[in-house]
Amino acid sequence: MIDYTDNLQNTPILAIKGVTKTFPGVTALADVSFDCMAGEVHALVGENGAGKSTLLKILSGAYRPDQGTLALHGRDVIFRHPSEAQAAGISIIYQEFNLLPDRTVAQNIFLGREPMRGPFVDQAAMRHQTAALLDSLNVAIDPAAMVGSLRIAQQQVVEIAKALSLKANIVLMDEPTAALSLHEVDHLMTLVRRLKARGITILYISHRLDEVFAIADRVTILKDGHWVTTRPLAEVTRHDLVRLMVGRELDTYFPSKAVTIGEPVLSVDHLFVSDFLKDISFTVRRGEIVGIAGLEGSGRTFLARALFGAERIGSGTLTLNGKTIHPHSPREAIDAGVGFISEDRKHEGLALGLSIRANMALPSLDRRQRLGWIAQSMERQTVTELSRSLEVRAANEQVEAQYLSGGNQQKVVLAKWLATEAKLLIFDEPTRGIDVGAKASIHQLMRDLAARGVGVLMISSDLPEIIGMSDRILVMRNGSLVSEFMGADSSEQQIMQAATGTLSDERLAVAS
Amino acid sequence: MQGSTSTLGAVQRSPSPLDRLRRIPIIYIVLLIVLILIGLRNPNFYQPLALLAFLKRNAAIVLVTMGQMAVITAGELDLSVGALISVCAAVSAKVINNGEGTVLEAFAWVFGTGAVVGLANGILTTRFKVPSFVTTLGMWLIAQGTISIITRGAEIGGVTDDFRVFGRMNVAGTSIPIALVILIGVAAAGGILLYATTFGRRLYAVGSNPVAAALAGINVSRIKTIAFLMSSLSGALAAILLVGYAGVSSLTVGQGYEFQSISAVVLGGVALAGGRGSLWGAIAGALTLQALFALMNFLSLPLPIRLTVQGVIIIGAVAFASSRMKLGIRRT
Amino acid sequence: MGRPVNAAALATRLRDQGIFGILLLMVIVCVLFVPNFANHDNFVNILKRAVPLGLIAIGQTFVIVGGSLDLSVDVAISAIAVLTSLILNGRVENIVPAIAVALAVGLLIGLVNGLIVTKLKVNAFIVTLGTKLILQGILFSNFNNFAGKAPIEFDRLAYGDIAGIPFGVILMFALAATAFVVLRLTKFGHHLYAVGGSQEVARLSGVRTDRVLIGAHMLTGLGAGIAAIFIVSLLRSGGPHVGDGYDLDSITAVVVGGVPLAGGRGGVWGTIAGVLILAILSNLFNIFNIGAFAQQVLSGAVLILVVAVYSFRVRK
Repeated sequence: MIDYTDNLQNTPILAIKGVTKTFPGVTALADVSFDCMAGEVHALVGENGAGKSTLLKILSGAYRPDQGTLALHGRDVIFRHPSEAQAAGISIIYQEFNLLPDRTVAQNIFLGREPMRGPFVDQAAMRHQTAALLDSLNVAIDPAAMVGSLRIAQQQVVEIAKALSLKANIVLMDEPTAALSLHEVDHLMTLVRRLKARGITILYISHRLDEVFAIADRVTILKDGHWVTTRPLAEVTRHDLVRLMVGRELDTYFPSKAVTIGEPVLSVDHLFVSDFLKDISFTVRRGEIVGIAGLEGSGRTFLARALFGAERIGSGTLTLNGKTIHPHSPREAIDAGVGFISEDRKHEGLALGLSIRANMALPSLDRRQRLGWIAQSMERQTVTELSRSLEVRAANEQVEAQYLSGGNQQKVVLAKWLATEAKLLIFDEPTRGIDVGAKASIHQLMRDLAARGVGVLMISSDLPEIIGMSDRILVMRNGSLVSEFMGADSSEQQIMQAATGTLSDERLAVAS
Repeated sequence: MQGSTSTLGAVQRSPSPLDRLRRIPIIYIVLLIVLILIGLRNPNFYQPLALLAFLKRNAAIVLVTMGQMAVITAGELDLSVGALISVCAAVSAKVINNGEGTVLEAFAWVFGTGAVVGLANGILTTRFKVPSFVTTLGMWLIAQGTISIITRGAEIGGVTDDFRVFGRMNVAGTSIPIALVILIGVAAAGGILLYATTFGRRLYAVGSNPVAAALAGINVSRIKTIAFLMSSLSGALAAILLVGYAGVSSLTVGQGYEFQSISAVVLGGVALAGGRGSLWGAIAGALTLQALFALMNFLSLPLPIRLTVQGVIIIGAVAFASSRMKLGIRRT
Repeated sequence: MGRPVNAAALATRLRDQGIFGILLLMVIVCVLFVPNFANHDNFVNILKRAVPLGLIAIGQTFVIVGGSLDLSVDVAISAIAVLTSLILNGRVENIVPAIAVALAVGLLIGLVNGLIVTKLKVNAFIVTLGTKLILQGILFSNFNNFAGKAPIEFDRLAYGDIAGIPFGVILMFALAATAFVVLRLTKFGHHLYAVGGSQEVARLSGVRTDRVLIGAHMLTGLGAGIAAIFIVSLLRSGGPHVGDGYDLDSITAVVVGGVPLAGGRGGVWGTIAGVLILAILSNLFNIFNIGAFAQQVLSGAVLILVVAVYSFRVRK
């Protein structure tokens, strides 16, 4: 571990000063400032949406900050393009690798910088240099192997080798262990230590606090786009981290919770899907809102899609209002009374080129037709009523969905499912990227629906929202339901601990 | 562009006449201009009989354009229709064979052929995930080859006058061509299908965003296959009209119809990517294209120059549309 | 993770090298079972007939590897053939200028295609369809029959031989070897594969994707020029329909040979194998007296089938 207190000449290799970045409707980063020291492993930690990925993208040159500067070796820099960051010695390894599966390891590493011998590419030199790189990392990968034939962990090594060949002195990693087995994680940790031994600075995002403690020298915590703290790992505990990551003043008001809870609307019994979701059982009762919390990749959306017929169910029973259902397709799910508000409203929730009316009417067309002939006035009426009750703000029903604000778009998505008179509505991140006013009305709507007897299942990464809205909270991790909390009694810390697996009395994670 | 602060349905102010003018899709204006130019060059074009003859002559291509519009709106492409028309012509001649077969039998065979091709296009594209331009290109080749297999090089019998009625004759006692009546009928049916039925809504949704459409419970494969069927069947009907009008003297009756229909559709403002554009625009595009060709005729330009015009239109229209999308310009 | 990886590797190997096995199998089966197949004259015949398609398919390989394609090659060949034939005008001294013009025009057509694809951002299918139509209009308006004449000396290209091997065949293999070197050993080739694999990844690595694609289109145009020259020698003249069919046939040969329509992998020897397979099939049709039009049916079916099989495997 590097001792910083003595060395007064220690200029940080990377300084982030007052960086702010906003997107329409949301502030991703607000005045974030901290330093990275040369040769340290610096972890970046925070909930989903805390701003970590955005920060990494700014460091790698993919985004430009709206305000603030970056400084390398004490000198201010501006990156207009990822290649400039690369030239400055910063390499980034994304979760979705930037590799060409149909080219060899050597060809991928040297793409754009092929060594030449006369007019030809020096393949031998490429192979040699690649082999040398891989050797220095102490991994056995054939430089002539096709990248597409490698395991994910090996592809990651290729990305790291690529960074090395670019003479990077700062390597950024975005959730590097998300897709690795325990064994492979160990290897990666060793690699990271090797990089550090060469004096390379590593800044990496991870949710897995075990790893953070195993490998990092210092940790920076971001929350809601704000910098919280930067500390040496030696000075914090796991509980400290979780406490600092979450925990806010509940300044948003949520609708009051359920008064009467009735019979089960949805019963899920021993659901197994693919190799991923294991033995999931829970119920949603009439009048209650059930929230599903968990880290990205824990299987929440997968579960939602399985309930909606968009993923093939391995085994298990689904019961909706007492009737067993087997949705093999979204059509069957919709006919059975299930609706799914996807988290990606632009690509999955709406046809952006179609009008508000067309979008709203789409899943429920069969309800307002005779022999295929659409009952136009009935449809107009439905659309108008829904728009009014949801307060959709647009000039008229013919406006194309692409011209609406995020909040209004989400309302159109909601409206279209309401028009199907669904008995169970699954919301995936219902208020992400939406302004406060629209958020409030969507929340109120969800509560009204629950009170009316519609089953409401809500996936959210927004802890205040989960706690404020849910009567019961289920936490998922690695494809299983690991905890259940009553909404009233839960705290952000408890939920985050369950999601990251740091509960004091946790069961050891079953080998996945 | 945000909506107003009032809720849905509240009208701010009535659009001014200039606004209304600006919202007319550009194809109608182009059509008007071309018609005017023709009139300047050859005023005889506007004699009612001449106009009706123009419409009769071009009923087939307008039909094919409508079918192509359905496929393109669904996000696909049908390059097989030209060869399909030729096959249908050969089939009709072979079945009728100077009177051996009846008109009804010929219809059954012709529409049957259309149905088979349409289904094949649909299944290959949706089930086997072959890109539609490859599927329909391959189908074009297969159809072309099949023509000679049907005729076996030898002379096949011609079609009877009974069969040719639809493409050639007028409604009894009037000067209105039957072909025009058929065209209007199909256009009306098409309009109803696209704008008043659930199928039409689903077709647009599939072309606009197939992922969202699937998640809304739409059977994307079925919709696309039906669109391919619509294109092939309109091709079969077009073949009947063409054989009526031109006889079976040449077995290349349908040649070039796929490119003409695509040019017309694109000219009419239908997005090549799918999900956007109107049937009426496509029809106007077809009429504009044929009017352009007529104009080129009157200007004594050589016949093949039509191909060049189509090529320029196809590239121009797509480049234009993609540049507008990039600038985020709204298109009514 | 052991088994799935092996299956994937096997499938990949099948795709990359399976075509040679199929070619070999075909030859063996034909030699054993088809009458009149296994003799010197027939083999030479097959190879000779494969040459024009081979020449243009080599060019088409470049654009498809890059993730693009060129539908205008048929009319490009015809137009260049007519032009070449006219310039030759039956005179020996015009041979060099005629060849120079042919190659230059080919490059020009490729340049125009490449520019429209990259700068106007219209997809290659539409662009080359459009240029095909544009060129057809101009060509057919001015020519409806063969024009110009090649001098006797020009025959050597299509009818001459070196040590018994037809000159055209040598040309085809020489061109294939050159193309192989360009694709595998030059920076341009490496970058072309990258662009075909993923334009985004290539761009992020600093590859000038526009230039690479324009270069690929120009090479395809060059291939059209070379094919046109050969055809003029073969037919002793050039006409507006001599190139017909080479658009789809060249794409079929490339795809059959293992280059996916999306690009990014495969090579020119696979294309040659594809060309030879198509040539053998055509030969079989002749031997069994099946009409030329039936070959069209086969071409269409083969194209669809091959793409379907490859799409299927990718989906898995």
